[in-house]
Amino acid sequence: MKSIILKTASNYLLPLLLLFSLFILLRGHYLPGGGFVGGLIASIAFVLHAFANGLQTTKHLLRIHPGFLMPIGLSVAFLAGISPMFLSGLPFMTGIWFPEPISVVGMIGSALFFDIGVYLVVIGISLTIIFTITESK
Amino acid sequence: MLIAILSGFLFSFFMVFVGKYMKGKLAFLSALIPLGLFIYFLQFAGRISNGEIISQTYAWVPSLGIDFGLTLDGLSLIFCLMITGIGFLVFAYTAAYLKGHHYLDRFYGYLGIFMAAMLGVVLSDNVISLFTFWELTSISSFFLIGFNNNEEASRKSAVLALAITGMGGLLLFAGVVILGNVVGTYSISEMLSSKEFIANSPQYTLIVALIFGAAFTKSAQFPFHFWLPGAMKAPTPVSTYLHSATMVKAGVYLLMRFTPILGSTEFWNSTLIIVGSITMLYAAIHTLFRTDLKGILAYSTISALGILVFLIGLGTEAALLAACVFILVHALYKATLFLITGIIDHETGTRDVTVLSGLRKVLFPVAIAGFLAAISNAGIPPSFGFLGKDLIYEATLHFGNSAILLTVLAIITNILLLYAGFLAGIKPFTGKLPHTFSKVHLPSFLMWTPPLILAILGILIGVFPSIIQGSLIQPAVNALGETGSAVELKLWHGFNTILALSATTIGIGLLFYFFIKPSVKIEAAIKKLEYLSPKTMIEGFGIAFGHFSKIWTTFFQNGFLRHYVSTIILFLVLVMGYTLINNTNYVLNFSSLTQLTIYEVITVIIMIGGILYTVFSKSRLAAVAAMGVVGLTISLIFVYYSAPDLAMTQFAIDTLTVILFVLVLYRLPKYLKLSNYKSRIKDGILSITFGTLITILALEVLNEPQNSEISEFYAANAYLLAKGKNVVNVILVDFRGIDTFMEITVLTIAAIGVFGLLKLRLTTKDRAIVKDKNKI
Repeated sequence: MKSIILKTASNYLLPLLLLFSLFILLRGHYLPGGGFVGGLIASIAFVLHAFANGLQTTKHLLRIHPGFLMPIGLSVAFLAGISPMFLSGLPFMTGIWFPEPISVVGMIGSALFFDIGVYLVVIGISLTIIFTITESK
Repeated sequence: MLIAILSGFLFSFFMVFVGKYMKGKLAFLSALIPLGLFIYFLQFAGRISNGEIISQTYAWVPSLGIDFGLTLDGLSLIFCLMITGIGFLVFAYTAAYLKGHHYLDRFYGYLGIFMAAMLGVVLSDNVISLFTFWELTSISSFFLIGFNNNEEASRKSAVLALAITGMGGLLLFAGVVILGNVVGTYSISEMLSSKEFIANSPQYTLIVALIFGAAFTKSAQFPFHFWLPGAMKAPTPVSTYLHSATMVKAGVYLLMRFTPILGSTEFWNSTLIIVGSITMLYAAIHTLFRTDLKGILAYSTISALGILVFLIGLGTEAALLAACVFILVHALYKATLFLITGIIDHETGTRDVTVLSGLRKVLFPVAIAGFLAAISNAGIPPSFGFLGKDLIYEATLHFGNSAILLTVLAIITNILLLYAGFLAGIKPFTGKLPHTFSKVHLPSFLMWTPPLILAILGILIGVFPSIIQGSLIQPAVNALGETGSAVELKLWHGFNTILALSATTIGIGLLFYFFIKPSVKIEAAIKKLEYLSPKTMIEGFGIAFGHFSKIWTTFFQNGFLRHYVSTIILFLVLVMGYTLINNTNYVLNFSSLTQLTIYEVITVIIMIGGILYTVFSKSRLAAVAAMGVVGLTISLIFVYYSAPDLAMTQFAIDTLTVILFVLVLYRLPKYLKLSNYKSRIKDGILSITFGTLITILALEVLNEPQNSEISEFYAANAYLLAKGKNVVNVILVDFRGIDTFMEITVLTIAAIGVFGLLKLRLTTKDRAIVKDKNKI
């Protein structure tokens, strides 16, 4: 698609949408949002960028193949799940939290890291599928 | 004891890494593992003979009452010593038998897994762990039978054995789960106290039938016996170890283990007596028609297993004692005979009993082993076999009304077994040495000492039965629930009926040996009857089942996506419609519905417009876009009904779906032809019915009393337990976090699948390479 308006806009929209997806991810524990929706929004941001600028530009921007985000995200989620076993001797997937919230992010705990894992996996999955289908002949 | 079981698995694991250094001259070092285990179990003998039962428990799945419990009692000890002792000799023997074989390390790896699994079977106190190890023995046996995997016959036998024993494994699983549910525990030692309770429960017959199924398939009882002769395709060490001395006795072990829990009922005893006696006679008669040494031994093994099942079926104290002794007797002489068959095969290149003769001149120590094993097998004094046979006759003679019939059956079987044993242990060594075998020479001592050791043990124990009387046999009989009189094993009982019967057996057996000569003609004659055998029938069933599943699959998996969708929906409509028609009272309470707002009306109108456009559009891309509109209006409705999380997700998903559709459809040509009116009407009716049903279902939900316990728990505890205010998210990442983890794993697999399907296609060059490989 060769539209100069879309191309220019997408360059500004990509960082904005990514920020928005992070916002959705972080607020998930208290307000509507979460890792799954956040991940979908982030992948939509990249897909939009790819539509406007061509797939190669987006891939270049990403540096790594989005497929790598899947194992990374799964590992993050798994580590978040087993962390209570090592840190406090509690069963798998018990939520543990820092006592005080920090500014901007809010409360930090194993559930948040689990959600970050979900976020990364969802980006990895959607982009892998969409990029693969786009490239296929 | 856990370490003892694990050591076999660890050994196999290390074989993967260091196997290539163990293939050469160091191979015999592998035998140190079973030797160490043998000594380890031997040191328990003293404690066991004092009546002690050693048990250890490790928590496994405590929430289901499944522990990893290990118990070592008299019965387990006999089996453990057999597994590790014969294991040691077989491991050493293999080093010479398969010397220089390319996959020797692999072979040892499978043997290690098998040994560990077999120890697990006989040591498990928990029926679930027993089942797990049971399956592992079937699997390792599959790999060992199919070890020469470049031969079609090996592969076929391996699959057949796995199919039969695997089916038995499933029956065992069903049996023990039902048993565990009835008793309320999965621990065998805890079940012992509820014998009466189980026998009176309505599921008793089912449980026993399932466990019989498992034992009969594993221990090759008629009509499931046919996998065992096929399993003889395996290298001889495997036949020795798995298919005569240990694994096939797992079924016998299972029956013995459950005798104090399920035994002494009419159903238990008569089934085992009938199946056992059919098996022992059928297989013993079959040995008359074989010319292959391994074939003879295979059928005589089946016959011996039949005797064991028969004895367990008799169930008297004398019979159980006879069974315990006969297990050892049989393991000693049959392993010897298999090992010498291996040597003969290895050195002369044939196992045909009609050709072999005079080998004593070149393989003297082997001939001694064969001779000793044959007399133990025949029950000629002073061998251990004589003792075993006496006990069998004693058990049958004192069995009430049918004593005479049962004794006659036992005598006939023993006569035929004597014939088979002489054929395998003596015939190849007597007579004139043919010229072709004059260059045969004695193999490495690693090969000929193991059978010699076993054969000498078979005589030694016969002369001094007190070696095992108190230490092994007495505790084993006690473990079977017989705590009455003390066991006394004696070679000489004086002149009585039993001695006369023994003499008759030996006399007639010797006549058989001298007058019936095995010949290819008789073997060919019996082959004509093969179409009647259970093997042919079950194989025929397998082939028919294969045809059926092929037809079934091609009917449903026809490759048209639209057919898949309509099949699934049609099925749902039928199932759901049936339930709804039967259970719905069609009361629609309008007062429970909320008032319509203007936003909702507008949204629904847009939605209907989108649907109509999708259905009647002439362009794919337009239809997809219209479907996107429908999706977005649905997420709007979620917003109205305060489900913002759902709305957001639906919105994002719909966007991505439309993008995906566009990407895929963009490449397809325009509609070449629209589907005709007939199929459109058919599809229309199907979708309208489905929609109507869903609507009825949704309205019906309103009539059901709400069970909101779970949602209330989540709402109340989201902040307290998980420090979150958004309940949906808390459920996803905390309360049901493991579900989410599984879901993202599944999604990842799907993405890898898409990537693999589209990216990793073969290029023309690859295809050429594959073609070349297939040619070779």
